[in-house]
Amino acid sequence: MHEEEVLGKAYDSRLMRRLLKYLRPYTMYVILGILMSILMSILEAIRPLFTKIAVDENIKTNDTQGLLSTIALLAIVIILRASIQFANAYLTQWIGQRAIYDLRKEIYHHLQTRALSFFDRNPIGRLITRVTNDVEVLNEMFSSGIVLVFSDIFTIVGILYFMFTLHWQLALVTLSVLPFLFYGTFLFREKVRKAYRNVRIHLARINTFMQEHITGILIDKLFTREVYAFNKFSSINADHRDANIKSIFYYAVFYPSVDCMGALAVGLLLWYSGIHALDGTITLGTVMAFVQFNEMFWRPIRDLSEKYNILQTAMASSERIFQLLDTPLTISTPLHPHKLENVKGSIEFRNVWFAYGTKPDGTPDWVLKDISFTIEAGQTVAIVGHTGAGKTSLMNVLTRLYDIQQGTILLDGIPLSSLTPENVRRIITVVPQDIFLFSGTIHDNITLGDPAISFERVQAVARFVGLHQFIEQLPDKYNTVVKERGAILSVGQKQLLTFARALAHNPKILILDEATSNIDTESEQMIQNAIKKMLKGRTSIVIAHRLSTIQRAHCIIVLHKGELRELGTHSELLSLNGIYRKLYELQYKEQELYKY
Amino acid sequence: MRSLLRLLPYLRRYKKALLAGILTVIGSNIFNVLQPKFLGYAIDILAIGISHGTLNIKALLLWTGLIVLFALIAGFLTYLTRQTIIVTSRHIEFDLRNDFLRHIQTLDTTYYHTTSTGDLMAHATNDINAVRNVLGPGIMYPTDTLLTFTMVVTMMFTSDWKLTLVALLPLPFVSFVMYRIGKHIHVKFTERQEQYSKLTTHTQESLAGIRVIQSYVRETYFEHQFDVLSTEYFKKNMHLALYQAILWPLLFTLVGTSLLLTLYVGGIQVIHHTISIGTLTAFITYLSMLIWPMIAFGWVTNILQQGAASMERLSTIFDTHPTILNSNSHSITIPSIRGTIEFRNVSFQYPGTGKWVLRNISFTLPAGSTFAIVGRTGAGKTTLINLIPRIYDPTEGEIFIDGIPIVTIPLQILRKFLSVVPQETFLFSDTISENIKYGSLYDSCTESELNRVVELAHLTPDINSFPLQLQTMIGERGITLSGGQKQRVSIARALIRNPQILILDDALSAVDTYTEHRILHKLRDSMRGKTCILISHRISTVRDADKILVLENGTIAESGTHEELIAHKGLYSELYHKQLIEEELESL
Repeated sequence: MHEEEVLGKAYDSRLMRRLLKYLRPYTMYVILGILMSILMSILEAIRPLFTKIAVDENIKTNDTQGLLSTIALLAIVIILRASIQFANAYLTQWIGQRAIYDLRKEIYHHLQTRALSFFDRNPIGRLITRVTNDVEVLNEMFSSGIVLVFSDIFTIVGILYFMFTLHWQLALVTLSVLPFLFYGTFLFREKVRKAYRNVRIHLARINTFMQEHITGILIDKLFTREVYAFNKFSSINADHRDANIKSIFYYAVFYPSVDCMGALAVGLLLWYSGIHALDGTITLGTVMAFVQFNEMFWRPIRDLSEKYNILQTAMASSERIFQLLDTPLTISTPLHPHKLENVKGSIEFRNVWFAYGTKPDGTPDWVLKDISFTIEAGQTVAIVGHTGAGKTSLMNVLTRLYDIQQGTILLDGIPLSSLTPENVRRIITVVPQDIFLFSGTIHDNITLGDPAISFERVQAVARFVGLHQFIEQLPDKYNTVVKERGAILSVGQKQLLTFARALAHNPKILILDEATSNIDTESEQMIQNAIKKMLKGRTSIVIAHRLSTIQRAHCIIVLHKGELRELGTHSELLSLNGIYRKLYELQYKEQELYKY
Repeated sequence: MRSLLRLLPYLRRYKKALLAGILTVIGSNIFNVLQPKFLGYAIDILAIGISHGTLNIKALLLWTGLIVLFALIAGFLTYLTRQTIIVTSRHIEFDLRNDFLRHIQTLDTTYYHTTSTGDLMAHATNDINAVRNVLGPGIMYPTDTLLTFTMVVTMMFTSDWKLTLVALLPLPFVSFVMYRIGKHIHVKFTERQEQYSKLTTHTQESLAGIRVIQSYVRETYFEHQFDVLSTEYFKKNMHLALYQAILWPLLFTLVGTSLLLTLYVGGIQVIHHTISIGTLTAFITYLSMLIWPMIAFGWVTNILQQGAASMERLSTIFDTHPTILNSNSHSITIPSIRGTIEFRNVSFQYPGTGKWVLRNISFTLPAGSTFAIVGRTGAGKTTLINLIPRIYDPTEGEIFIDGIPIVTIPLQILRKFLSVVPQETFLFSDTISENIKYGSLYDSCTESELNRVVELAHLTPDINSFPLQLQTMIGERGITLSGGQKQRVSIARALIRNPQILILDDALSAVDTYTEHRILHKLRDSMRGKTCILISHRISTVRDADKILVLENGTIAESGTHEELIAHKGLYSELYHKQLIEEELESL
């Protein structure tokens, strides 16, 4: 069974206390809501009394005037009750929605500030479920008006009060069916909830099956298994149908039973009244009021049983949400951080060791092993290596997306760990290999919403990377919306856009992870030009896939299986006849043949 | 509403149950509608008793007993109504969903390129559910409502028509309010859902792009954006809440007005002795019986509208027809195929793209030979092999198997003797053995058959290490297989049907070279006399093939044996040298 399907208890005081914290800013409104609920319950419960007055006092005494005033009073009660009911329903929704809004914001903030390693451990799909589905369940709890539980309870208490003050023997007779109604309702809820859970499980199976066989339609076709798959589906579908039919049974039994119990109560009421009619203790109006009271009981009981269920699911969701909110930060922020400004831009790695996790035997699975090198301010360094050499990891630790386990990284001679991650990232900007564009406009994708970046600057950087002319031709120019799948921008142009994004933030140090994807010759030329201009006079580290970039670098670092194996200039390394030579023949040599 | 007519054949299938259901509705209504009448009589007896001091206790007990008895009978009939009509709606839902799957199974692969899985799923669940609502509640409530309404109103009219008119005055507004506000609620609800999906999309995107956001220290900006969306969602929720909050108080007020009018006008009539107090009580009870039908009337109108819209969407899918069909010039009956494949000037473009993916491909492949295709990503290799099992039909040119044009071979026969291991490994979340058996021509296959292909795909050591061996579940609810393991299960699945033609589309890319070598070696023995097509990036995979085809930009750039191609010093030999270097690097 899925974690999402587990149902815990309906009430957990620890969770409830924590949930109620979110209502604290709205305490006054909650109190107002409860007061209105009480008032509403009273107005609801006294209604049958008017019938009694009308029958026993007005009609009996032929008092037409009195009847009119009784009815006018009842009209006021009805309208007043309706108005309060409306106001209260809206208010409770408002309180619930505010509280949920606060909670959602808190979770989002929490997620935004977790370290990247957190996202490696938690699949995005599950996190989204937390922010959306689980919060939605709580939303349902708040907006179904958990506050209105009071109203239901007060209504029941109110009705009981009036019934007993009116005629306690008659009250007892009428209420004799109540325990059955109570028990029946809660039993029904329990059964229906289980039946629905069954339905949901079967529906999930239908969905999984469909999903798999739609994505895997090719397999069904290639292996001519359509009939087989259909039969399998049909049996899952039948299970779903049968689970539903089972829940229909509960409804079919329950609702008529409630009616029968109502009729039975009326029968008992009439029978008892008949026996005691001649005592003079029972008036006709009382009997009629009781007939109405009898009908009023059922709604609050049904509501209560419903809310019990909602509470139960809400507890499970809040447990998962709080678990998420309790995950600590994993990137350490120093207590008294250095503030690094006016950076010159020299970088030094001193015996750096780094692992994302551990091997099955518990020892760290090192991806960077004892790396040491120095980059002078303003220099360009190229990093080359085969897949899995540790190039991307090097970039990750330098921007403090991950923290290293051993050794030191120095920025202008100051250890990285004594700076806040924000400080480091404002100095060092990364252009990652996989292009990530947000579904906003071109302008927003360049500024990422930073108001400090003027439109002139946006245009300037776009011109710098050679995109400006193209953007100007688009119907909405810089306000053109970039769509995930739409082909407004080519792969090469998207790449250039990420360059523009990096430049707009004017980094002191630039890390560029060159993409390997196939790019048309024209874009390739533009990209090479842009790279050349970007790197000039700026400390930069390039994970290089282009020969032109390598040849321009002051120094080349050759990583192999997590170790720094060779270091030097292009020609020095070639003459070594080692790993670099092989990499060169594998990746870069053909560029020489084709492009130069 | 016309789209709902399409449901008639389904309804006809369950004629009897539906008819029985409608009869029970009529029955339960008769027994329900008489109860207030009896209540009225009982009250009158009580009233006379109280005022005159003598009570006809027998008559009182008779009416009381009848109330309880009728309630029981009515209750039983209501039970039967739900058990027939609502149960039938579930049966039809089942039929409809089955038909839906059966239909989409026949659609072309290209249809799946243009329609997202999510959309199809939404149709299969939401739309079918909306249609189900029409069939269940949509049939039960209107019948019930109409009957209750006519019966109750008749009963009321026979008692006192003036009082009836007064009492009924506010009730049409109840239906109207329910219908109008119900509609608003539906609209506001849809708007709210749209905002919800925007919020979800943003969350999804900002979590996927967390690396960029953190690298540029833009967390605050994204929180601000989220805040904007979240506030809007809050507002949409409150819009919805407004209508929801107003609905019930408004209905209660209208119903209350009706009650007030009855009480006043009826009360005066009682004072003037034109009606008895019992009649008034019966009237008030009747009134409460009308409330639900009036509410249901407005509600059901919305159900019908939504159901009709959903049925229309379903109809669009049901009216889509596949283009790849058995040719109707009813094909020569072919019992089996040997495996000679010929491409004659075949060109292909994906519909609507106008771009040639394959251009003028011609080659002949004798039965029993091994054939390899190499080339860069996007050269057209996968498209080419997809034409053989007719996943797509060529735009131009023809393909022959055993000299017969493939369009004249029945699809079932063509695919029966052919087995493909696709590039993207797709396994179902089921046991390993079920996944392998999926490729079998028969619904069951022997243990020894299973073991044979497991051995062929070099899966035996892996499977022995799994907790339940072949019965181990894979996917979300079981273990996660490595890429190489998945590929080998996929190969076993393809082998179990003993194909005459086997196509491996880069199906060993995630398997290490040593294992690959073993598998190919075993395959060579078991595939003797059968045709084999291999697509690969690795030279080691293809070097022993009888013939190698090098594809470049959708055309044949080179072809020949390994030795011939090396000597030719073209694309193939370049690829070969690179791979030698890569092997050296690995060993450093």
